[in-house]
Amino acid sequence: MNGARRIVRLLRGDPRAGQVVPPSGFTARLTQFTSGAMAFLAVFAMALSFSAGHLAERWSQALARTATVRISAPEGQMEAQTIAVLEVLRTTPGVASARPMSLDEQRALLEPWFGPDLPVETLPLPRMVELTETAEGVDAEALRLRLAGEAPGAVLDDHTRWRRPLVRAADRLRGLGWLSIGLIGAAMAAMITLAANSALAANAQVIEVLRLIGARDSFIARAFVRRFTRRALEGAAIGTALAMLAVAFLPGEGDDGFLSGLGFRGWDWLWPLALPPLAAFVAFWATRFAAFRVLKGVT
Amino acid sequence: MRLKPVRGSGITRAGTKAERGVIELDNVSHSYGDGDLLSNVSLTLAPGAFHFLTGPSGAGKTTFLKICYAELLPSAGGVRLFGGDLRRMDRDQVARTRRRIGVVHQDCRFLDHLPLIDNIALPLLAAGLDPVSERDNIDELLNWVGLRARAGALPPELSGGERQRAALARAVIMAPDVILADEPTGNVDWDMSLRILQLLIELNRMGKTILIATHDLHLIRSAKPLVAARVLRIKDRQLHLAGADL
Repeated sequence: MNGARRIVRLLRGDPRAGQVVPPSGFTARLTQFTSGAMAFLAVFAMALSFSAGHLAERWSQALARTATVRISAPEGQMEAQTIAVLEVLRTTPGVASARPMSLDEQRALLEPWFGPDLPVETLPLPRMVELTETAEGVDAEALRLRLAGEAPGAVLDDHTRWRRPLVRAADRLRGLGWLSIGLIGAAMAAMITLAANSALAANAQVIEVLRLIGARDSFIARAFVRRFTRRALEGAAIGTALAMLAVAFLPGEGDDGFLSGLGFRGWDWLWPLALPPLAAFVAFWATRFAAFRVLKGVT
Repeated sequence: MRLKPVRGSGITRAGTKAERGVIELDNVSHSYGDGDLLSNVSLTLAPGAFHFLTGPSGAGKTTFLKICYAELLPSAGGVRLFGGDLRRMDRDQVARTRRRIGVVHQDCRFLDHLPLIDNIALPLLAAGLDPVSERDNIDELLNWVGLRARAGALPPELSGGERQRAALARAVIMAPDVILADEPTGNVDWDMSLRILQLLIELNRMGKTILIATHDLHLIRSAKPLVAARVLRIKDRQLHLAGADL
């Protein structure tokens, strides 16, 4: 409770201590703008990171336990090879279930490329058998050998070949999102330090007078720190709110696409709310560091 | 009010009794790079003493005062403020010590964005006191220096004399033990000079130690009938006790 009170007191500021520093319009706007812009970008980086994380998870879960057997055989052998494949799968350890896909399901798979009215039944399409693995999984190499023996037109596709790089890419994208948030935070700290340095340099005479009348370094630093912390908090709150609105209104058309899935879900929406206090924290330490560095040069 | 005497009747005047000084300089030298400005200067300011410091322009009067309130560290020698060795003080101790020394700077050094009353109250604020609760004292102080009607004026709106009196008010707001004034009558007419001198003499009667740096010998002569003042002169980088020539 005491800590919370101290934070509230810090943010509310001491108007009497604050008044010793002249109002500085330019640095005030610069700090607020910087903080707001950085928070805006950080929300998007966060959304990107969360989306990439969800995507990686979804791909990983959806594809990890499934595989497909594709049967390409002459018209007369298709049914026999399908039965043979199902029999092989039924007796293969690690296969939980196996079923041939219906023509409607195959049409749905091809719809994105050929449109909804594709006459699937007239095309020489391979037959697809979907299998679900148990937790132990299937020995893919052994299954391939058995399929080659029982149904020469059957090819096992366990998705691993193209699943791994996709999941790895999504994971990297998530990492890049968090790295971006870190870089944005560092850039904000640097910019606020520059703005604070500029304000401190512009008020060198004020600092000198305050020291000469007996002000301690902490009193002088506090006057600047409070001001910059408050500005950073205000700017970041505005930037975060705008970015959250923008993310909320991003067009979304389901979970399948990456860009259409960019955004926050459920509890994810709470994460951006941490940005304004984080910006205030960064501003607090950046300004404090700058103030004490400048004060060291004043007797 | 903070301005009221802070010492009893047993005030020891400078030179009448060997006593630990409020400000002590021991063989102090200072240079700005091209030779010494002050060389082996020693002085003990006893509590309640009244000193003038004179000398030609550029002799080192301002430098001397700056060393006395720790704005400058001397190149060599020791400085003790209220018994504490300046070189051993940390920055917070220096700040606390400065609250016991009121300084009237030649250029007054106000914060131009604050009205006069807030400038005068600034040392209270810096010391963590509440200027609002001290409002009566501040008003009384403004009356004392004749600036009550100008309380809301910004420093750039004040005349030279008003600025000097305001600087004096700010210097005494914390009831300091010592008041150092650097050419406090430098930019004012003779009548105002006498008024400022009178205010400083009043403060001395309240027990404050006063050191005034001035090149105005008329001012020093005017003070002689009113206060037992010692006159120090900086000449050839040394501090001398001035005699009958004044």
